[in-house]
Amino acid sequence: MRERAFGTLVAIYWKPLYKYIRFRWNLGHEDGEDLTQEFFRLAFEKAWLSRYDPALARFRTFVRTCVDRHVSNWRRAERRTKRGGAFAMVSMDFDLAAREFQDGAPAPDCDVEAVFQAEWVRAVFELAIARLRVECEASGKEQPFALFMRHDVEGGQRDDRPSYGDLAREFSLPQTQVNNFLALARRRFRHHVLAALAELTGNQEEYAEAVRDLLGTAAR
Amino acid sequence: MTPLRDDAIARLRAVAEQPDLSATRYELRELLGRGGMGAVFAAFDRELGRTVALKVISTAAETPANAARLRREAQILGHLEHPNIIPVHDVGILSDGRSFYTMKLVQGRRLDEHLQEGLVIAGRLQIFERICDALAFAHARGVVHRDLKPANIMVGPFGEVLVLDWGVAKTGIEPTHQTEKRFGPVPPSGLSGAGSIVGTVGFMSPEQAVGDPDVDARSDIHALGAMLRLMLESPGHGDERGQVPRRQRPLAAIADRALSTLPEARYQTVLELAEDLVRFRDGLPVQAYRENLLERFMRISARYKLPLALIVGYMLMRLLLLLMAPG
Repeated sequence: MRERAFGTLVAIYWKPLYKYIRFRWNLGHEDGEDLTQEFFRLAFEKAWLSRYDPALARFRTFVRTCVDRHVSNWRRAERRTKRGGAFAMVSMDFDLAAREFQDGAPAPDCDVEAVFQAEWVRAVFELAIARLRVECEASGKEQPFALFMRHDVEGGQRDDRPSYGDLAREFSLPQTQVNNFLALARRRFRHHVLAALAELTGNQEEYAEAVRDLLGTAAR
Repeated sequence: MTPLRDDAIARLRAVAEQPDLSATRYELRELLGRGGMGAVFAAFDRELGRTVALKVISTAAETPANAARLRREAQILGHLEHPNIIPVHDVGILSDGRSFYTMKLVQGRRLDEHLQEGLVIAGRLQIFERICDALAFAHARGVVHRDLKPANIMVGPFGEVLVLDWGVAKTGIEPTHQTEKRFGPVPPSGLSGAGSIVGTVGFMSPEQAVGDPDVDARSDIHALGAMLRLMLESPGHGDERGQVPRRQRPLAAIADRALSTLPEARYQTVLELAEDLVRFRDGLPVQAYRENLLERFMRISARYKLPLALIVGYMLMRLLLLLMAPG
């Protein structure tokens, strides 16, 4: 059993859990923020997540169960966690998360599991993109990263996705170079995705399951 | 960074699944299809200036066992050089650690899609006979396909018929003919999945469905029977779906015999099945069907249409002359 990288775990799980708490427990922004921060602080201090048993459930299900218990205890005690004690390991932009939650609030009757899974996938990809950005900036490969963002990330959000020819004109590059740069950035993106999953998981079986959950339904 | 939208996530999933072809002679083109274990992409071979199909294990299925299975599939294809079996070009490991092989890119349609065109029976039988040729060859090399179905048959624009997807093939079975020496050694055996249930419901044989580790060539014959049945009953051919015209009852009987529950009751080799088809095509009685007198008369009439027409014409002319003769 390998050690999970707690920093990666927080970086990927904080936003899905914040949204989950707000949706599942019907709580407001401040409560959601407090509970999320407090959960990670206690999980770290009391090593809650080391109690995970792969034979009983998936890790994501276990985390949600821990969060549910945490929120339930908080409600029973009828007290609020002290504000301002942000978990220092990872920066958490709760205002952004709150806006995202408002903009894409799930329907009341939707499947909580599916919503949490979708948020988890989103968080893994966002972390991989952030790491790719850092890597590209550090190694002077800004153009491959910019092309990747334009074609695969932002381009995916538009109906008129730019062709390689469009990108070649826009970036003043030969089309073969666009092809090479995109291939490079995609290769590194894949590396960061799989590395994040490896850091998140405790053993090979868990890793394989996480890969299946993330990529098993790749677009055809 | 703005949050990733769902369509961007779908695209990134596909991007993360793309094979790393950086250290190869291939350039990635497009995703052609995805199966349980792997994905097939179109890739351009820079050395030979042609586009090939590249099969790679999906990241989610990346295990040593699956890698060995993919390589074994490539080796089996390498041993089965036949005009109706997809030819393999190259096999190896990508920079991202995944196993891959390349094969001919077939510009065509799957048999089930092709059948929607409503081909005439002669066209269908021609395709079926080529499938039989491929299987007879494989069986002669000691290889059982184990997942024959219309989705694994490609029909090209010029009538090429290719049997694909030998991923769950079983090797090392008793060759069905004494042709082993002529064709050389059989492909490597080992990871045949013996004892596990492989195949597709509707086409797999009963013995395959219960995970019998001793399935042999007769299991493929069962699948051939199911495909022949489907070809006979597809829209555009029968009087209506599910009904086979009277004149093609022998074909239905051939399919039924191939579909027998007990392997002993089926054709014992693909050649036997193919011979019955040829008999039907030549207007001869088939082994699998006992025809009645009327059917025999109809078959013989159809077979000897021209001589019979000449004889009847001659008789009519003689009769006419007789009636018109004076006195």
